[in-house]
Amino acid sequence: MVGIISYGAHIPWHRMNRMVIYSAMGFLNPATLTGGEKAIANYDEDSVTMAINAGMNCINGIDRNAVDGVYFASVTMPFKERQNAGIIATALDLRSDIKTADFTGSTKSGTTALLAACDAVKAGSAKSILVCASDCRLALPGSLQEETFGDGAAAFLIGENGVIADFRGAHSISYDFRDTWRTDFDKFNRQWEDRWIRDEGYNKFIPEALSALVKKYDLSPKDVAKAAYPCLYAAAHPRLGKSLGLEPNQIQENMFATVGNTGSAYPLILLGAALEDANPKDNIVVASFGNGSDALLFQATEKLADTKHNGKGIKKLLESKKMLDNYAKYLTFRNVMEVDKGMGRGESAPWEQISLSWRYRRTLLGLVGSRCKKCGTPQFPYQMVCVNPKCNAIDQMEPYRFSDKKGHLFTYTGDNLAFTHNPPAIYGMVDFEGGGRSWFDLTDCDLDGVKVDMLVEMSFRRKFVDEKRGNYGYFWKAVPVRE
Amino acid sequence: MGSIKDKVAIVGMGCTKFGERWDVGYSELMLEAFRECIEDAGIEPKDIDAAWLGTQFTEVNQGVSGLPLADALHLPFIPITHVENMCASGSEALRGASYAVAAGVYDIALAIGVEKLKDIGYGGLPDLSLGAVGKYESLFTPNVTAPGAFAMMATRYFAKYGLSPEEGKMMLAKVSSKSHHNGTMCEKAHLRREAPVEVIMQAPIVAWPLGLYDCCGVSDGSAAAIVVRADMAKNFRADPVYIKALQIVDSSGEELMYTDYDYAHVETTTRAAAKAYEEAGIKNAREEISMAEVHDCFSITEAVTMEDLQFSPRGKVKEDIDAGRFNLDGEQPIQTDGGLKCFGHPIGASGLRMMYEEYKQLQGKAGARQVKNPKFGMTHNLGGLPPHCVISTFIVGH
Repeated sequence: MVGIISYGAHIPWHRMNRMVIYSAMGFLNPATLTGGEKAIANYDEDSVTMAINAGMNCINGIDRNAVDGVYFASVTMPFKERQNAGIIATALDLRSDIKTADFTGSTKSGTTALLAACDAVKAGSAKSILVCASDCRLALPGSLQEETFGDGAAAFLIGENGVIADFRGAHSISYDFRDTWRTDFDKFNRQWEDRWIRDEGYNKFIPEALSALVKKYDLSPKDVAKAAYPCLYAAAHPRLGKSLGLEPNQIQENMFATVGNTGSAYPLILLGAALEDANPKDNIVVASFGNGSDALLFQATEKLADTKHNGKGIKKLLESKKMLDNYAKYLTFRNVMEVDKGMGRGESAPWEQISLSWRYRRTLLGLVGSRCKKCGTPQFPYQMVCVNPKCNAIDQMEPYRFSDKKGHLFTYTGDNLAFTHNPPAIYGMVDFEGGGRSWFDLTDCDLDGVKVDMLVEMSFRRKFVDEKRGNYGYFWKAVPVRE
Repeated sequence: MGSIKDKVAIVGMGCTKFGERWDVGYSELMLEAFRECIEDAGIEPKDIDAAWLGTQFTEVNQGVSGLPLADALHLPFIPITHVENMCASGSEALRGASYAVAAGVYDIALAIGVEKLKDIGYGGLPDLSLGAVGKYESLFTPNVTAPGAFAMMATRYFAKYGLSPEEGKMMLAKVSSKSHHNGTMCEKAHLRREAPVEVIMQAPIVAWPLGLYDCCGVSDGSAAAIVVRADMAKNFRADPVYIKALQIVDSSGEELMYTDYDYAHVETTTRAAAKAYEEAGIKNAREEISMAEVHDCFSITEAVTMEDLQFSPRGKVKEDIDAGRFNLDGEQPIQTDGGLKCFGHPIGASGLRMMYEEYKQLQGKAGARQVKNPKFGMTHNLGGLPPHCVISTFIVGH
């Protein structure tokens, strides 16, 4: 049996009521008013960081040496050249003899990657593949898309053992339908008229893919427990399901009013949410939208109850949030608006020496330190001489990963002098459960909510943007455990 | 292990006016300190056998090596050593010069420290990426500034000793207020205004819980000393000041990575103090050290330093602060010239600026700030951040 072994998601902590956007920009296009909230990536997040955090959530408690590949899907990959899936694999501290690939170009690339992983495992060329889909799309201020686009990521581990949802089959369609596009010189998405997108694309492609899938596997609409497909237009979403003969309770709640249209990640986030509420034997169909559609059929197994997702199910991620009520701050986070970075301090970025970063990649991307084989002390970064003053053994180290360890905030500050897009810069000393101490930036928190000794976990983030040398730097930050 | 005690004497010192010296660069600053220094020692530039130059931020300053000093003063083909040991750079220059004359290799050595900070274009110290940490460390070190790293010590000190933020901040406000008072009496200080506790308590936050007055200024300055072997000292002047201890201690790295460190004191200062007292033969620092210039880059630093230097029992500094022990008229005056608080902290100059005050006090030339019959004066620098630092603990006396 080939299918889903585990899943996880990352939904940014920040949400914005769309009315905040409309209040600021609605003067330009009064017809853009859309209700609800959308999820907004923090200033230190991008599609790769969100994918890694969803991946962490997905493979928590699973032997990482058993992962044979990483497929990453996104239309907003930070690197055009340098495989983004490779960053993910290194950050997740996976083996190097694995397959990695970036799937991009269309918002259906999330389901395409999922399908490719299922096919690869089915074909026997891999035992398990981690699929991460993530997007953080920019729309022009004042556009409808600015309100509808949301940021988020989902991750699925596809394999043969311990399958919680059996992959039954898929049906794909492909059309060069230019609803939305972006060339290599565009910063923002462009798109054609919404009514055309809705009537000629959205309302046709998803039904075409889903009905063909259902027919292929001899199912009738009533055999479908949940159909998960993206929402581009609030009123069109339920009508689309109805046209397929689905009752409202068979349609997965679309998170349009809580997270928004998360691009490549969207159908996968919905699939995760559907699994969270599923029962064994449930047939779940998922379909994407973007230059056509992929529709996939999964059937939940008895093992569904064993699913572990780090205590962070999608519902919990939805509940844990911070409302951002400042539109200018959102533009600042997304670098849409150039701001005063305090002269030199905010403009300086470390010069990342690439050969150095390669040498220490497990430390810098994987948060792997060392543990002394003599005294057992974990230490970060990797040490050659044990830091324990009662030991100080030389060259007795083994690699020790901190990214999956929780810690307690020993002390902290909120710094108004350091430059950050979201002052004050909060950072502190983290004592890890199981041993080890280091200091880290904190993110996804307010100074008022930070307390000495509070429980934190690690989250992969952008550390710096070096515009001069064309580079994004990444590292791990501590975040209060979202509960 | 040997000791430097009474082997070396300081026979001349100079110190610039500290402040935002927009009109001068590092060369002019060095000359200003140097001129006073050699006049005080009664020597000519050609009498100097060797020199040590302390600066930290070479990238935003004069660049590397001893050549900038040679160029500024046109010292005639003598050995010059540029030393950098963070905020202890000035003290490190004095240590190098002292060891050299103690070894008998040179008769007269110059130690000079300088830093021109006010050409970087923004407040505070130059950003970490400008060389304060290595390229590797810069890729994982948090977005830390000096106020933030010391603020974390205040957070933990308050938590450890059960002080509410208000109680803790009040304790720290008294530290800064006292220094501001002393600074009003010192012409060379940068900030020369009283700062009442109420004003300090209401100041904007720089890095929680530290506010504006908990942080020392950022300024330009230079200070210099001429050292000779002790047996030659009286040839230069009747009142030389003798070196009793010169200790430098570096963190082992364990404070940052091993969970024993409590972040409510500075372990490296504690170690450096014990070594200095042993070298100087001090048995009871609280009783024997008459006065000290400590590294009050932040109010919390001075507070914990009082405990680390054994001036106050561990966890009890608040009682001594409340009792006024460290005021100019108290039992153990600290920062008699206003400290870093009022002078600001041109990194390479500070250690020698502190020594300048101890030197003047021991000679009885401190004017309105004069401490009564001082026996031992002490200087202390903390270079780096509390869990990862270089400490100097120097003691001088008659």
